[in-house]
Amino acid sequence: MNLNLTLIGQAISFAIFVWFCMKFVWPPVIAALEERSKKIADGLEAANRASRDLELAQEQAAQILRESKDNAAEIIEQANKRANQMIDEAKEQVIADGKRLREAAQTEIEQDVMRAKEALRAQVSVLAFAGAEKILGATIDEKAHSEIVEQLAKEL
Amino acid sequence: MASENPTASEYIKHHLQNLTFGQHPDGSWGIAETSKQASDMGFWAIHLDTMGFSIGLGILFLALFRMAAKKASVETPRGLQNFVELMVEFVDNSVKESFHGKSKVIAPLALTIFVWIFLMNLMDLVPVDFVPRIASDIFGLEYFKIVPTTDINATLGLSLSVFFLIIFYSISMKGFGGFVKELTLQPFNTPIMIPFNFVLEMVGLLAKPVSLALRLFGNLYAGELIFILIAILPWGVQWMLSVPWAIFHILVITLQAFIFMMLTIVYLSMAHEKH
Repeated sequence: MNLNLTLIGQAISFAIFVWFCMKFVWPPVIAALEERSKKIADGLEAANRASRDLELAQEQAAQILRESKDNAAEIIEQANKRANQMIDEAKEQVIADGKRLREAAQTEIEQDVMRAKEALRAQVSVLAFAGAEKILGATIDEKAHSEIVEQLAKEL
Repeated sequence: MASENPTASEYIKHHLQNLTFGQHPDGSWGIAETSKQASDMGFWAIHLDTMGFSIGLGILFLALFRMAAKKASVETPRGLQNFVELMVEFVDNSVKESFHGKSKVIAPLALTIFVWIFLMNLMDLVPVDFVPRIASDIFGLEYFKIVPTTDINATLGLSLSVFFLIIFYSISMKGFGGFVKELTLQPFNTPIMIPFNFVLEMVGLLAKPVSLALRLFGNLYAGELIFILIAILPWGVQWMLSVPWAIFHILVITLQAFIFMMLTIVYLSMAHEKH
């Protein structure tokens, strides 16, 4: 246990080791550590930002959905209104058409009746003549009696 | 070995003697053959075993850390780098907690102290006869002590370096006048008390390196001594004592390295602070 030169030798080697450590060991390790912690911090911040963005986007999406729902409701309402209107219009049209058709049919019927009456009248005069001939046993001068027959026919 | 069958006291003494190289009183240079010769060499001798192991361990520490530092990757740290980062972060946190000044030296200094002292202390766990036996049987070296921190020269060399750093920082931060004022105007700030203050503060200042060195040396020396005492026992029962003591000693060597580092940081931060 003698104090000797070892003391100084130790001090010198200690100084050299510290110098080497300070120069070549400490800075790269600390740099790597700091860079990593910075990267992690950045990553966390980005994650935060992303979650904020997501929230915002979700809000926006919800709003758009709401708006489009409103729009759709409005459109449906309009469509319904329009459909009702169309049905009403169609109904009116149909009623009008029916009326017109009925009227046309009525006139036609009336005309037919008129025509039938005319025909009947003609027939009646012929029949009357034939009947009269039979009854009288002689030919009736058509010309001479046509006046009477026509009068008869008119009364029919 | 001095003799084939040494007595217990011879054995212990033999194990506590460093391999000393120096000048014999007769003027010739060489390795001391006996303890007497070693102490006769005086101050101008050197402990080859202490120097060899401490420098070897220092280089081992720096090589490992340098290797990890050179390949330090930000993305995928693995293996050695993880360990090195763990150590660096641990030391960095310790320094940041107690040292508030700005210095590029303190943190690497603390790392060097912690790892180097830890490695030197770790040699204590190598069985006491292991390396000395190899040294004597193969290399013919009479004495060989492999734990540098059980050599007062090693611990004092470290603590004196710290002491000079304390003085350097005190003067560079407060100026020479400020340093002198700190030594003379505390704790009693009157001119009459200057001599008293000076004595008190000098004792406090000198106690720092001495206590640093002696604490580390004492702990490791005692631990080593107990290992040697256990080694005297019959070989069959040695493990019953040496295993618990070694397990306990793992705590001691780590703790002593940590204490040396923390006290260095605290002393240097005290030197930095202005009152």
